[in-house]
Amino acid sequence: MYKVNIHVLLKDDVLDPQGKTVNNALHHMGYSTVGDVRIGKFIQIASNETDEAKLNEDIKEMCQKMLTNPVIEKFDFSIEKVAS
Amino acid sequence: MKVGVVVFPGSNCDMDCVHAVRDELGHEAQTIWHDETSLPAGLDFVILPGGFSYGDYLRCGAIAKFARLMPAIVDFANAGGYVIGICNGFQILTESGLLPGALLRNKDQKFICKDIDLKVINSSTAFTRSYKKGQIITVPIAHGEGRYHIDQIGLKKLEDNDQIAFTYSGNNPNGSLHSIAGVFNEKKNVLGLMPHPERCNFRSRDSLRILDII
Repeated sequence: MYKVNIHVLLKDDVLDPQGKTVNNALHHMGYSTVGDVRIGKFIQIASNETDEAKLNEDIKEMCQKMLTNPVIEKFDFSIEKVAS
Repeated sequence: MKVGVVVFPGSNCDMDCVHAVRDELGHEAQTIWHDETSLPAGLDFVILPGGFSYGDYLRCGAIAKFARLMPAIVDFANAGGYVIGICNGFQILTESGLLPGALLRNKDQKFICKDIDLKVINSSTAFTRSYKKGQIITVPIAHGEGRYHIDQIGLKKLEDNDQIAFTYSGNNPNGSLHSIAGVFNEKKNVLGLMPHPERCNFRSRDSLRILDII
């Protein structure tokens, strides 16, 4: 059994007002060294797939077709083997 | 004209659309449940209404594009049938690839609900034929995620093919790229826009004509 951790972020050239608001708040709190803040999504999928290479391809396809919108978002993921 | 208004779980402007095209404009209108596999025969015009389909889970419109009815709508549009997506309907059309670009969280993070002025950019389509190019019409907006985004190549294509339907006139309420409020597909039989023309039944009835395509 595998656990897949997927991170989704807005592409670098897409304005992230949420990140900007959090950046402002952190500066108000005194964390003056804080730079660019980007806020995204974290998706965790448990899978019964036994073939890791197949799972890798499937996850990529899921990200491209549904989990992210390639017009505005980028993603990366890691696959972790877990005891079933 | 025979009009079908698609109802997804979470749509909330479907009956406003039916009221606008049936009671105000005098066309035949019916609702179509998202779980159908085909559109009623003889339909001229499909409306994807506003609301929060599937609770806006994942991304606005991201789940609706996999509704059982969607392949029939894509076929209908590809065969030249008229389709309009209003607000959440616009988000569904971009997610499903029928329209270019995407809609993001408003620049100021606020849900905006008010009347705004729209400028008609392309008046030579079925949707905009009753307006003059450059005409200003007043239409309500009501959205939290209406900031239109497209890459530079996509923007150039929109401009070259005259695919920008409307821009916000004066103040850009949500930070949309080039103040874009609505776009067509290449063939101009599909329109997506964030403002709500169906809500103009009682005052500033200008924009009701966007729905009076035949």
